[in-house]
Amino acid sequence: MESSRRRFIKMAGIAAVGLSAHPAIKAVAAAPEHGPQYTLKTGDQALQAKQWAMVIDTRRLKTDHDLEPLIEACHKTHNVPHFTEKNHEIKWIWETHFHNAFPGNTSNYMSEEVEHRPYLVLCNHCQNPPCVRACPTKATFKRDSDGVVMMDMHRCIGCRFCMAACPYGSRSFNFKDPLLGLNEKEINLTFPRRMKGVVEKCNFCVERLAVGQRPACVEASGGALLFGDLTDPDSEVRHALRENFTIRRKPSLGTEPCVYYIV
Amino acid sequence: MNDKKWIVLGLILFVGLFSFPFWFNVGKAAPAPEVVLTEQAKAAKECVMPTDFMKTEHMQLLDVWRLKVVRDGVSQFVNADGKEFDMSLSNTCLDCHSNKAEFCDRCHNYASVNPYCWDCHIDNPKGDK
Ligand code: HEC
Ligand code: HEC
Ligand code: HEC
Repeated sequence: MESSRRRFIKMAGIAAVGLSAHPAIKAVAAAPEHGPQYTLKTGDQALQAKQWAMVIDTRRLKTDHDLEPLIEACHKTHNVPHFTEKNHEIKWIWETHFHNAFPGNTSNYMSEEVEHRPYLVLCNHCQNPPCVRACPTKATFKRDSDGVVMMDMHRCIGCRFCMAACPYGSRSFNFKDPLLGLNEKEINLTFPRRMKGVVEKCNFCVERLAVGQRPACVEASGGALLFGDLTDPDSEVRHALRENFTIRRKPSLGTEPCVYYIV
Repeated sequence: MNDKKWIVLGLILFVGLFSFPFWFNVGKAAPAPEVVLTEQAKAAKECVMPTDFMKTEHMQLLDVWRLKVVRDGVSQFVNADGKEFDMSLSNTCLDCHSNKAEFCDRCHNYASVNPYCWDCHIDNPKGDK
């Protein structure tokens, strides 16, 4: 092969480019060497599932009195503030009327008892959650590890698109500093509060599942609320679904709610 | 050319005034703050990671913690010595360093950083004020 000046300069140019990339390559390639020496794992006690789901036996929750302790348990555990003004209300789990819970499911001349029972509603942790698609920062997302629709408070910018997207009204916005609605003495010191300007909602008690406890409302319900893995045919919820006729909220929207109701 | 002495004098004055902040502050650098360890921390002897790492990287570590706990549902941290910790800001860091004012804050005030974590996270997990 003949060597020419032109060829020599070409090769020198390529070599120069290669050399200039060296620091960048070194930075990337060398990183693992002094990487952190620790490992992460799920707790030994942690309850695990592919898709958590809940079955609410409304036959066993007949009056406001039956619901109150469950709501109280949730709101205490998560430091959910109490504001009397409707506009500022924060709710993770609350009661509503049949017509609001299941619009489109009403029939004429219904059983009065069924129609006037209080219905417990919360985030449905949908399998096809519209709020997740609306979030511009991925602050709300469907967690791969357990199917919970999570709120990452650290990313929430308070735009409230998720609230507009949720067909169940499961989300509340902190218009005020939540500390104003909390009793200093009753704060659960093991769970964070929230701040003004973020959206919040039920988290299916992920912090309790991580240490082997079932959700606070389920624990307080004395068996009226069932909780388990929807993908496991032997789970508590799958047994309940097999043995009872259940309905879900607004199924026609295609959100695939994971909270089922025995009526 | 008999302005020479004025020019030199002016220059000396100028340099002197210009460098005033430097020589005025010589030897007055604020001393690095002393952080106080609680009895519980003293008994534990070691932090979750080696002290040098904690001094420079604790913010990155906390970022990993919250990312893993919230987004991946992974909650346990095992350090190089095999010791296990719950990945929690208030329930782990502030369990040992429960004297936030004399530990985290003292250093942060010196470095002029003001983490916003405490708007939500409890800064007195043991309930004392
Ligand atoms: C088991 C108790 C314990 C826990 C839990 C703990 N620390 Fe420490 N930490 C210590 C001790 C003891 C030292 C002092 C080590 C030394 O003096 O060499 C220390 C040192 C530090 C230092 C360096 C302070 C200095 O000397 O300048 C920082 C920063 C720190 N910890 C932050 C944290 C953070 C952030 C967390 C949570 C991720 C945490 N620590 C969790 C016990 C603990
Ligand atoms: C040795 C001094 C020192 C101690 C002790 C210390 N920090 Fe820090 N911390 C710093 C410095 C310096 C920064 C800022 C680093 C930067 O901006 O790059 C920082 C930053 C942070 C950040 C990130 C802040 C932000 O806005 O990005 C967090 C969170 C944090 N520290 C938590 C803690 C906690 C919790 C403790 C007590 C358990 C603690 N630190 C103790 C020196 C310290
Ligand atoms: C808007 C409120 C808010 C702010 C501000 C906030 N967090 Fe959080 N953080 C939460 C909530 C809520 C959780 C969820 C706890 C859970 O689900 O177990 C959480 C979880 C965490 C966790 C894991 C679980 C635990 O118990 O600690 C870490 C670590 C964490 N945050 C670190 C931080 C740090 C560091 C900052 C500041 C730089 C911060 N957070 C600021 C609300 C907040």
